Amino acid sequence: MELYMSMSVGVLFMVGVYLILSKSLLRIILGTSLLTHGVHLLLLTMSRLKTGAAPLLGEGANSYVDPLPQALILTSIVISFGVTSLFFVLAYQAYRKLGTDNMDLLRGKEDE
Amino acid sequence: MSLLHMAILLPFLYAAALTVMRKPSLRFHTGWIILPIPVLLFVYFISCMASVQAGEELSGSIPWIPSLNIRFTVFLDGLGLLFSLLISGIGSLVVLYSIYYLDRKKEALRNFYVYLLLFMGAMLGVVLADNLIILYGFWEITSISSFLLIAFWHNREKSRYGALKSMLITVLGGLAMLAGFVLFYIMTGTFSLREIINNAGSVNDHTLFLPALVLILLGAFTKSAQFPFHIWLPDAMEAPTPVSAYLHSATMVKAGLYLVARFSPVFAGEALWFWLISVCGIVTLIYGSFQALKQTDLKAILAFSTISQLGLIMSLLGLGSAAAFYTDGSDSVFYAKATMAAIFHLINHAVFKGALFMVVGIVDHETGTRDIRKLGGLLSIMPITFTIAVIGTFSMAGLPPFNGFLSKEMFFTAVLGITELDRFDSQTLLRLFPVLAWVASVFTFGYSMMVVFRTFTGRPQFEQLEKKPHEAPIGLLLSPVVLAALAVVFGLFPNLLSYTLIEPAMAAIHPALLLPGDRFYVSIHMWHGWTPELFMTMGVAVAGMLIYKLHPRLSVLHEPLFRRVSLNLTYDAGIKLLHQGSLRMTNRYMTGSLRHYVIYIFVFLILSLGWGLYHYGAISVNMDRFAPVSLYEIVINLVLILSVIAIPFVNSRMKAIILTGAAGYMVTLFFVIFRAPDLALTQMIVETVSVALFLLCFYHLPKLEKEQTKPRTRIVKLAISAGVGVIMTLVALSASGSKLFESISDYYLRNSYVLAGGKNVVNVILVDFRGFDTMLEIVVLGIASLGVYALIRLNLASDRPEAVRKL
Repeated sequence: MELYMSMSVGVLFMVGVYLILSKSLLRIILGTSLLTHGVHLLLLTMSRLKTGAAPLLGEGANSYVDPLPQALILTSIVISFGVTSLFFVLAYQAYRKLGTDNMDLLRGKEDE
Repeated sequence: MSLLHMAILLPFLYAAALTVMRKPSLRFHTGWIILPIPVLLFVYFISCMASVQAGEELSGSIPWIPSLNIRFTVFLDGLGLLFSLLISGIGSLVVLYSIYYLDRKKEALRNFYVYLLLFMGAMLGVVLADNLIILYGFWEITSISSFLLIAFWHNREKSRYGALKSMLITVLGGLAMLAGFVLFYIMTGTFSLREIINNAGSVNDHTLFLPALVLILLGAFTKSAQFPFHIWLPDAMEAPTPVSAYLHSATMVKAGLYLVARFSPVFAGEALWFWLISVCGIVTLIYGSFQALKQTDLKAILAFSTISQLGLIMSLLGLGSAAAFYTDGSDSVFYAKATMAAIFHLINHAVFKGALFMVVGIVDHETGTRDIRKLGGLLSIMPITFTIAVIGTFSMAGLPPFNGFLSKEMFFTAVLGITELDRFDSQTLLRLFPVLAWVASVFTFGYSMMVVFRTFTGRPQFEQLEKKPHEAPIGLLLSPVVLAALAVVFGLFPNLLSYTLIEPAMAAIHPALLLPGDRFYVSIHMWHGWTPELFMTMGVAVAGMLIYKLHPRLSVLHEPLFRRVSLNLTYDAGIKLLHQGSLRMTNRYMTGSLRHYVIYIFVFLILSLGWGLYHYGAISVNMDRFAPVSLYEIVINLVLILSVIAIPFVNSRMKAIILTGAAGYMVTLFFVIFRAPDLALTQMIVETVSVALFLLCFYHLPKLEKEQTKPRTRIVKLAISAGVGVIMTLVALSASGSKLFESISDYYLRNSYVLAGGKNVVNVILVDFRGFDTMLEIVVLGIASLGVYALIRLNLASDRPEAVRKL
């Protein structure tokens, strides 16, 4: 299973990077959220898949999956959500003030 | 704290006091309150003379950074004394001269004297320091104060140009010198000059010895304006004349000579040292004297003359170092006479060149021009100035009975003597030395005559002058009169100097030639018989007179030496190239486009990770421990991949957002399958909220336009993104295939209930075992929400452009 997961991660990274290289700000934001998904799946895959029950001790199972990466991913999900929403509102405001979301036109001033 | 320390620090303290002092409403010239300082120093150094002559070494040491072996150690030996006397003596005369030269009301006098005192103190520090780092520090202060003094009239373009040029060149050399000093510290473990000199010969075979030699010489050559680093000196003539007289003829440009003389005991046995100094010196000598003939500005003539005379002294120091090649005493003493000539000429040059600069200053001051084409016939108006000029120039040309005659004779003796050197199988090259020396002396004679006779004799053309010329006031004449008198006295009674100054200085340069308690016996006589040198001098006089007479008709002297390529053009072009090249380079890659920067980052990521994986052979896929695959997972996988790949192809914002949301929900499903219920829960909520947020702002967002990209750009994008994807897949596979050690999660699983009383291990980790992460993550969310709030509410109308406001 890890093989397929790694390939999915690769695809997520590839499309994420491709979107980040676009001109449109909206595409860039979508690209970053795809990258986030890729990272989360990568973290999960790295900890070995399906080695036991969910890490709930009430299950009474013999072995459990690794709980540590899950905690890390959970933290990461929340942080990336915060960042994405801020980024999103930033893009919205930038568009409202500057009238474009084309990255080629958002270049700052000369001699800056 | 010894008296020597006081002597060095006194000018600094005085300068500091002058700076903080409230602007004095002086009825008299500020220079008068400066004058006691150099006079006091001069008297002090005179009083040290007897003890130095007796071979005692005055020294003192103050710890500065003892842990780095850096101490403010100073010592006074013959060489240091000679330079200290020059610095303080000519310093006194220059201050006196500047009092009459600079106008009390028009000039920023306080600045001038602060800079001058800084320079004086730094120069004393250079010649008295024992610690190399201290020496370097003072060396750079001389560069900086010289920079300030050259640009004293800073509203002139040329002053700023000259100051910057001299700064760049001398600081470049200074840094090279610092590198040389550091190499010495690596070799010997000490920064102390005296220790290095006393252990001379112990590091000659070290691999760093020759690099240190070259680097230190680079410092000396740039400071002393040796070819091809001389180009800053003529441009430094934009400084006020007292500065030119003091810094750029008598003291600062001799700092390089001091350095060479000081390091002679260490390096003298090296053939490279001999060749570099002698050849560079003689080339500078002939080039400078030839260039001086071509100038029309009096100060420019003197600048090139200074360059050539410095070359003369430098080559003499190089020839003198030949003494170290011989172990036999008599041979050594024979070659050491070149060093004696160098020291003698060093004193003579400071004396007559100081006087000549002051004369030029007077002419400039009283007529308003320094152009020899406009000057002439001043003899009857300025007789005293003329007398001084005659003494100075005749001494420079090497005519009896002035001091320059003696040092020129000794120079000829040295270059004739060097042809006897049988060490290097290069007799032809050595035989060139007397020829070059003789030709350079002819040139020197020529321009010396030009300086005095073009200015003071010939047809008066006073209508061309800005001012009505008249004799200078007595105060302005005082200093050059003293120097001219010294030129005569040293010429008639040269042994006045030999016992007091030259012998101790010789002892400092050639310590190896002396037995303990012994001393050099130097005796210079005006008349030394019918020797070849005398005939050479006669030839110089005849040929020099010829050059002077023919000068107006020799067209080669009025054209630039090389029209296309000259050193100044090279320097200017180099500076321009550096400036424009760096600008162009920066503009080339700092395009301002975010995409380009992201490309750099990703390309670097691909290359570094790819190289790392390849180089360490880390790519390995070990499928043994992989989990089994079920159909259900395959389907989710496929849906995820398909929805993700579709995103770049859709042209509607709505579809793109929904496809991204679909990818997020597939990730949620993965979390379900891979036994992560908390993650699944969170991911689902977050995905839902995100999609809702996206859709909420959907109305305000611009229409997603079809990307208008060139095929080439698209290929680049595709290549980079595919590269990143492949690299990440490889990293993931290689990493999951190998497990170096067991996870620490067993601890959490075992102790979650025992220690923390919770059965949901993930939650226990989040709030108990690793609660800190959670706290800061909450902070992140808080900051993000505040940011969102601020972004929406904060609406500064002023920074909204007119066109956009209508949207």
